[in-house]
Amino acid sequence: MTTGQILFNLCAVFTLASAMGVVVNRNAVHAALCLLLTLLGVAGLFVALNAYFLAFLLLLVYAGAIAALFLFIVMLLDTRGEARPTLHRLPLVARILATGLLLAGVASFHARGRLPSPDLATVPATGANLKLYAYQLFTTYLLPVQVLGFLLLIAMLGVIVLSKKFEGPEGHP
Amino acid sequence: MPATLHTYLLLSVALFALGLLGVLIRRNTLVVFMCLELMLVASTLALAAFSRFNGTMDGNVFVFFILTVAAAEVAVGLAIIVALFRRRQTIQLDQLNSLKN
Repeated sequence: MTTGQILFNLCAVFTLASAMGVVVNRNAVHAALCLLLTLLGVAGLFVALNAYFLAFLLLLVYAGAIAALFLFIVMLLDTRGEARPTLHRLPLVARILATGLLLAGVASFHARGRLPSPDLATVPATGANLKLYAYQLFTTYLLPVQVLGFLLLIAMLGVIVLSKKFEGPEGHP
Repeated sequence: MPATLHTYLLLSVALFALGLLGVLIRRNTLVVFMCLELMLVASTLALAAFSRFNGTMDGNVFVFFILTVAAAEVAVGLAIIVALFRRRQTIQLDQLNSLKN
């Protein structure tokens, strides 16, 4: 096995295990930390795909900002774990059905999905080239970049409005 | 497992399914939101894999956009959750049923 192979296998197992941790953990803080580990694993997979810039960006934006924001909000809201769910019959059946369907979907993708996979040595690793990102962002994708700028501005304004306390006429917020 | 396009896509599908499962079965709004993020990351993994195996740049640029949108989305979503908690004192989905009946 080459180093790329080993990196891929390690990161794949790590990512899936910690994603499972996000889903099954009863404690919200532990779930957020598992999310952080999942993002680390995905960043490793990006490195295995030679997309070094994206791996760096994922760590910076997701692990650095988003996971920290989640942890901060969990701390702010102070929820004491999830109450043990009351098991009604219908939701339970629906959940089991949903789990089965998802498993069937993954299995059928594995069994039926066949895409040609070229040898990686013959394909240029475009993701490793920073110049190409800049070229694409400032030519083909110039309009989406502008739109994203406005989106970020609107999101910022929205968050400011949402987190402001408005006093109603009867003193109700 | 060999690191082929199929394996990467399988991994991405599995991650997406795990995230969807979390959205379906969890009761805490914050954890549901985390699982949504998991689904977004799974889709970026598929895009990056397609880009690498086809030698094109578009998938990578889309990952870039998805990261930006996710950052904006998380900021607004968490602000909504905090506003919800202020008004209702709970973020458990079971208890947020004022539209029922």
